[in-house]
Amino acid sequence: MSEFSVVGKRLPKVNVWGHLTGTARYADDVSLPRMLYGRLLRSTQAHARIRRIDVSRALAHPGVVAVCTGADMPEKMGIMPSTQDETALAVGKVRYVGEPVAAVAAVDEDTAYDALALIDVEYEPLEPILTIEEALTREDVRIHEDSGRAANVFKEVHLEFGDVAGGFAQADHIEDGWYFFEGSTHAPLETHASVASYDGDGKLTLWTSTQVPHYLHRELEKVLGIARSRIRVIATPNGGAFGGKSDPFAHEFAACWLAMRTKRPVKFTLDREEVFYAHRGRHPVLMRLRTGVTKDGELTAAHLQSYLDGGAYASYGIATTYYTGALMTVTYRLPAYKFDGVRVYTNKPPCGPKRGHGTTQPRYAFECQLDKIAARLGLDPVAYRQRILQPPNSRTVNGLRITSMGLGQCLDEVQRATRFSERHGQLPRGNETERGSGSAGPSESTSPERSRAEGRVIRRGIGVAGSAYISGAGLPIYWNEMPHSGASVKIDRGGGVTVYCGTAEIGQGSDNVLAVVAAEQFGVLPEDVHVVTGDTSLAPVDLGSYSSRVTFMAGNAVREAAGRLRALIVDAAARQLGAPVDRIALAHRRVCDLADPSKALTFAEAAVLAESRNGTLVSVGSYRPPKDIGGDYKGAGVGPTPAYSYQAAVAEVSVDLETGVVTVDRITSAHDCGRALNPPSVEGQIEGAAYMGYGEAVAEEQVFRGGLHKKPSLLEYKLPTSLDTPDLRAIVVETIDPEGPFGAKEAGEGPLNPVIPAIANAVYDAIGVRFDETPITPAKVLDALRKNKARVGPDGLGSERDPKAAMRRLRATTDRRETKRGVGGGRSPLPTP
Amino acid sequence: MTKQLLHLRVNGEDHTVAAEPHHTLLEVLREELGLTGTKHGCELGECGACTVLIDGLPVLSCLTLPIEIGDAEVTTVEGLATGPDLHPLQTAFAEEGAAQCGYCTPGMLMSAKALLDRNAAPSLAEMAQAISGNLCRCTGYTAIYEAIERAAAKVRA
Repeated sequence: MSEFSVVGKRLPKVNVWGHLTGTARYADDVSLPRMLYGRLLRSTQAHARIRRIDVSRALAHPGVVAVCTGADMPEKMGIMPSTQDETALAVGKVRYVGEPVAAVAAVDEDTAYDALALIDVEYEPLEPILTIEEALTREDVRIHEDSGRAANVFKEVHLEFGDVAGGFAQADHIEDGWYFFEGSTHAPLETHASVASYDGDGKLTLWTSTQVPHYLHRELEKVLGIARSRIRVIATPNGGAFGGKSDPFAHEFAACWLAMRTKRPVKFTLDREEVFYAHRGRHPVLMRLRTGVTKDGELTAAHLQSYLDGGAYASYGIATTYYTGALMTVTYRLPAYKFDGVRVYTNKPPCGPKRGHGTTQPRYAFECQLDKIAARLGLDPVAYRQRILQPPNSRTVNGLRITSMGLGQCLDEVQRATRFSERHGQLPRGNETERGSGSAGPSESTSPERSRAEGRVIRRGIGVAGSAYISGAGLPIYWNEMPHSGASVKIDRGGGVTVYCGTAEIGQGSDNVLAVVAAEQFGVLPEDVHVVTGDTSLAPVDLGSYSSRVTFMAGNAVREAAGRLRALIVDAAARQLGAPVDRIALAHRRVCDLADPSKALTFAEAAVLAESRNGTLVSVGSYRPPKDIGGDYKGAGVGPTPAYSYQAAVAEVSVDLETGVVTVDRITSAHDCGRALNPPSVEGQIEGAAYMGYGEAVAEEQVFRGGLHKKPSLLEYKLPTSLDTPDLRAIVVETIDPEGPFGAKEAGEGPLNPVIPAIANAVYDAIGVRFDETPITPAKVLDALRKNKARVGPDGLGSERDPKAAMRRLRATTDRRETKRGVGGGRSPLPTP
Repeated sequence: MTKQLLHLRVNGEDHTVAAEPHHTLLEVLREELGLTGTKHGCELGECGACTVLIDGLPVLSCLTLPIEIGDAEVTTVEGLATGPDLHPLQTAFAEEGAAQCGYCTPGMLMSAKALLDRNAAPSLAEMAQAISGNLCRCTGYTAIYEAIERAAAKVRA
């Protein structure tokens, strides 16, 4: 029997019913009396100076109530305080096609649309910078004139740990290769929406689809120039986000400014095309990875160089840059490690955090490279990874603290479920099939493509990869000593429990996690718990739903808050039942004496006794990560987390030699989530992450022609449909983390990471071609087969074939600049976010 | 454009609403009738979030003009339950974790209902085909198949 009454039970999410009956109120479902409708005018230019904006014709249009431009909100803003380079609407210059330039509020949406055409903008076009190579080398074209860095470099990082030269000298073999990971976007089904209301009392309320109500609250104060105490942000339930709703956005500021100006509520709802411009998605990253190994495969040193194409603005880019390096050390023993990262500006929509934030791209490179090393040494890819695992309760060479570590169990589980080692390198060739001989159970083909492929030449393959992710960033985005998560809990006189926490529900199930934690503490059911989240006025601060931090951090805050009330209830019940407190148990909505369970109170009765003894039953709890979980160097702020999650995936593919289509038949993913608070939610995250990784591996790409997005619609940007999506098998691995709430760690992001390299490794197993770039499209597969290529991928940094020279030149310019500013070599007063 | 009077039969109730004649069924349901359970994800017929049933068949309300459908019966997610009793699909979606963010869910439920109404024992391939016009960005569809199967068993019982 489980030691828990709620944790680990397969219960429906407490907040699911509104989704099923149509009553859930997303931002676009909010409607207020006298509400106006807003639209954004967006740049038609990739890179241009704004010579003049004339809004007079739009203002004169019947039904238009107000118009604003960048001049109305010129304050610099951005999610990271150290790199604020955006304004709410463009000021002086536009830097990508689709950048918001002006905003209109009108009596209805049609009128607002019509008015956009009446805003006259005169542009002076500038040459756009569209590639990493151009950004690094074109000193003459500056996207941000005041960036203070060489050419269009946004951020440059150089870190070295352990004896890197010695490690490479010790190596019997150095695997050295270039990789390119294409950018992609989140494409949540809900487009971004906001409703702002400015009341007669001078208070502003913003209902908005955001993952970060607290950070948005801060930026609204800065840009709108009114005190935060007069602003209330309500994060409505998000119809998916995946990182795409974690920046402050133009439509949020415009809704507020126009509401304040007109004294009427204003709603903005982006259309689908606009979501591709709002973006903040996966960075395209070019990488060179060198890994030294002994003849037994032991890693001796690794050197990663990453070049990130950041798009036009900073977003989370400083963190993304560090994240491409930071987590390379937490999976396998690595005694020496060097990391050089550069993020550049280009004239494209800004990149930011997408599920797996900055770790997905280098994980792809690393796991593909390990597959090559295993093949070279004649080792089984699973057994090889098992042999070089980073141990639990250890420190990595870059100072990261590892506690629970379940990568080994994850590899065991996917091995067992797929019989990987028996099948790797052995799968039938030609048109032989092995249907029915696969893993766990019979699988019915869901894809007509698969049946059409019968009779064609199909090559099958199987591939594996491991990975890791964080359970919340170890440091907040702005430096402070306050909790990362705060919660309060109230018990009413009928035994009803309400949890208040500033988290944002983005579909990942965070409201339910909080309900489960509170319910477990009180021995009631999650359905007895009301959850009030995402509201900066009602709930204590939580930093937001990013970096997979909610289960661990808000879960611990709620656990502490509920624990304090639990102690009062136990004490009151013990007195009433005449039993010592350590014999009192709470379960099934009852409080009883364990020695004689017939001596019991209902939870509501016990709560009334506790309130009678102690006064009103409200408590608070908070969570701050431990201090000593990372290194002590500039840049050590990115990478530490109170607990790493681990995962392994096996992909089984069929490659059609005639069409080049890679069909992923099945993905089996095992994920170490510490403990599954609600197993269906964890399985749902594993499956959803595998789905999203699959899309990135074979199809999704945020790509441009000139400065124009090539596929800004869901017809052109291919999200996998039910007919495309592989058979997904989720396996939950529990390592019971010592610091997680009831032992839990994250589940939302990590499971995406191993899927993409597992697919690339499976394609190699099928057709003998290494895909060192994504996505693996039919055109690339056919081209490789026709030309007998052994690999598809980049050979260097564009025309700059000598990346060392490029990096040397960059470093020289940065050193000069930093010396001039007097910050070179010194420790930054602020931790790097 | 001036508003015109429209007659619509939605979830068993007759409505007369004044709406712009070029506004889609999606807009009229959401903005004139306050039935915001039906979602917009693209308004171009690409995502399926706005799926409703017209005389039992799934259609994209973002590509449908109310004037086209005459006195046909429109069913939205708000009309899926029978009085206080949820449809088996609704409870099955909750039990299987088939709704994560919930934004595709109303459309997904309508497509699934149309399937179960004509085939109470669908195969995996039939389920996949039936929801192939409904994009879901969260679940990978696995839990949705499980929920439809669970609901089908309940419908058959």
